[in-house]
Amino acid sequence: MAVRRLHPEQPTSFAFSNENLAWVQKTMAKYPPGKQASAVIPVLWRAQEQNDGWLTEPAIRVIADMLGMAYIRVYEVATFYTMFQLAPVGLKAHVQVCGTTPCMLRGAEELIHVCKTRIAPHQHELSADGDFSWEEVECLGSCANAPMVQIFKDTYEDLTPLLLEKVLDGFQRGTPPKPGSQVGRQVSAPAGKPTTLNDPALYDGSGVGAWKKRFEQTAAEAPVAAAAPAAPPPVASAPIEAKPAAAPAEKPPVHPAALAAMANAGLVKELEGRGDGKPLSPDQMSAIRAKMAASAPPVAETTGGKPATLEAPRGGKADDLKLIWGVGPKLEKGLNRIGIFHFDQIAAWSDAETRWVEKELNDSFGSAERDKWVEQAAKLATGWRPKSGAGDKPTSGGKG
Amino acid sequence: MLLDDKDRIFRNIYGFHDAGLKGARQRGSWDGTKLLIDQGQDWVINEVKTSGLRGRGGAGFPTGLKWSFMPKNDARPSYLVINADESEPGSCKDREIMRNDPHLLIEGALIAAFAMRAHTSYIYVRGEFIREREALQRAIDEAYDARLIGPNNIHGWDFDLFVHHGAGAYICGEETALLESLEGKKGQPRLKPPFPANVGLYGAPTTVNNVESIAVVPDILRRGAAWFASLGLPNNTGTKLFQISGHVECPCVVEEEMGIPIRQLIEDHCGGVRGGWDNLLAVIPGGSSMPLIPAAQCQDLTMDFDSLVKLKSGLGTAAIIVLDKSADVIKAIRRIAYFYKHESCGQCTPCREGTGWMWRVLERMERGQAEKREIDLLFDVSKQVEGHTICALGDAAAWPVQGLLRNFRDVIEARIDQYQASHKEAAE
Repeated sequence: MAVRRLHPEQPTSFAFSNENLAWVQKTMAKYPPGKQASAVIPVLWRAQEQNDGWLTEPAIRVIADMLGMAYIRVYEVATFYTMFQLAPVGLKAHVQVCGTTPCMLRGAEELIHVCKTRIAPHQHELSADGDFSWEEVECLGSCANAPMVQIFKDTYEDLTPLLLEKVLDGFQRGTPPKPGSQVGRQVSAPAGKPTTLNDPALYDGSGVGAWKKRFEQTAAEAPVAAAAPAAPPPVASAPIEAKPAAAPAEKPPVHPAALAAMANAGLVKELEGRGDGKPLSPDQMSAIRAKMAASAPPVAETTGGKPATLEAPRGGKADDLKLIWGVGPKLEKGLNRIGIFHFDQIAAWSDAETRWVEKELNDSFGSAERDKWVEQAAKLATGWRPKSGAGDKPTSGGKG
Repeated sequence: MLLDDKDRIFRNIYGFHDAGLKGARQRGSWDGTKLLIDQGQDWVINEVKTSGLRGRGGAGFPTGLKWSFMPKNDARPSYLVINADESEPGSCKDREIMRNDPHLLIEGALIAAFAMRAHTSYIYVRGEFIREREALQRAIDEAYDARLIGPNNIHGWDFDLFVHHGAGAYICGEETALLESLEGKKGQPRLKPPFPANVGLYGAPTTVNNVESIAVVPDILRRGAAWFASLGLPNNTGTKLFQISGHVECPCVVEEEMGIPIRQLIEDHCGGVRGGWDNLLAVIPGGSSMPLIPAAQCQDLTMDFDSLVKLKSGLGTAAIIVLDKSADVIKAIRRIAYFYKHESCGQCTPCREGTGWMWRVLERMERGQAEKREIDLLFDVSKQVEGHTICALGDAAAWPVQGLLRNFRDVIEARIDQYQASHKEAAE
């Protein structure tokens, strides 16, 4: 927090120019009726711009009246937000030097020294001729181009004390230099040749439209093979809503949530197996990826809808299937009897397999589909756990 | 193994190409947006959920899940508010999106607003980004003219998008402070609950998302959630704009896969640490609020939410501030402490008083003019700030100080010894 007060010497009045008045009306129209107060910051800013870069007390009153606000509310806003200058600033340039750590590490203190010697010994103080003033500000969001200053609307980046002197010379003459990097960098690209985005195919328009194939395939009810998620496009994940109602039950597409969940579950297990919580090296990451690609998730088989089952739980320890909302001890026992022990098994069920399981469990209510076991299991397979031991009730909507 | 160019979402992040509508279309924006919208709200939200996208503004909350909190049948209007109040020291990515690839954001805003049944959206741009908001407004005007957005547009979902701006308050990046500011008040955070999804802007259901989170959505829908989920690490999927500043040869913003090892990131894209990898002292991995990580732990460190949390730090906005051995680490953290002192909104006492207190003690510690017992006292005070405030600024102010004390206690003690030794001589 900073204590900020209005300047002791204030002009007697303030009025917007006709052009700015029209702009204010337009700005107020951006907000719903009765919410004109929302426009207070943009309107105060416009008043500051019109008044040589600082905000006066009469302007605050005028704006409060225009927006139907109490004076104190606008006064609060003007003193809270630090971009509102409450005292006159340099006419040719008010230099805002970023002094926060990323800029400080790259020499902002030397820039501040230039300001102190060249402009005025203290912040917010006018230079002898009244043309310049400066202040140290907090991070201006150009950290990859540090150190930098902002003068009015523009930023001047990648500065050294010498380059800052040059910039200030330009403002002194009335011919400010070109904004942006002062060492010729293109925005925040690394100096020299860019390390990325060098593929010309990104810019020749060849990427346009190609992605639609995925949607057309689904629309045509073509059989969809489940590709390994580690092999990027074209991955045939079917839009959920586009589930063809009349389609026969064989070979339905694997739920995309299941695909992602399986991939995640595989890696989570791998990481937990390592147990030391240490981050992975790139080589290890590639190895895991390759493994993932090799053990692609099971495609729905055509054996009458029977899902892939296990003789015994992997590693001798079954997941707590009761965490699925709607599954109690009885249903869990039934699932284990069939050979279902893990969330990722359930997450991979197709619609036909869900129905097969329901039949096998003698469940005439269709609870697996109604309670969205597949969706729930996909979430649980990622390692997420519900607050209640009975699971979280799935919300309505989504896949019915 | 770097990310392939064709898997990059931000294809004009450096502005080498046309940022306007024509160039954006050439790069694949606004291509068949109607088809995506025709899939329905639930499909959009489900794809975003499945992709594993976690919010890019710092907290890493799953974006699809956040969207699903919005009420479906509510008499009040719904709002999408996009947080472009990028002020976390080290962060400089949203700026590049807004000025070089604004149509990614605008198209994403339309789709996100559609998914949440909102017809109005505000983009809250930080006050200092004047040229950026001008560039964004130009792109929005283009989109209106081409009837891509606006009332009665070609996508069949009425949608108004407005640029709003702040005036230099870091706290307005906190979502409820942002809403207060957008309503024309001081940016002081609100208590939660009620959460913005129930009572947000003008008391109506609102979702606040970061610029990057919204801008990646069109690409996720086109290429498929499985594509996005296949990049990165489990629970840390997709690509991310990393911002590297401080003591590297070539600081830059670059899009890479989540979970990239930090050493590879710095050496392949930034020309390495100044003076070589062995000259590394520490990194601040996620913007100033995240505790620093000493060089010894950086060797195999991967840049993702989960592995950084294990080291008691965080990915934050993926803004990496690199310190080499020439840096005075106490001074670097002291400057961050001053930042939080300056930016505290003053609403909660522990933060208003605590941030100033921590800064003043660090000022003395930087000179060595302190007692060793004050190191523990400082840690204790930081714990009294952390978790005792309405918003997370108190935590953000405490964490970097705690990171310093955990990892560089010996440096502080040596500084105190040095000061006391030199003043003993002076006294004799």
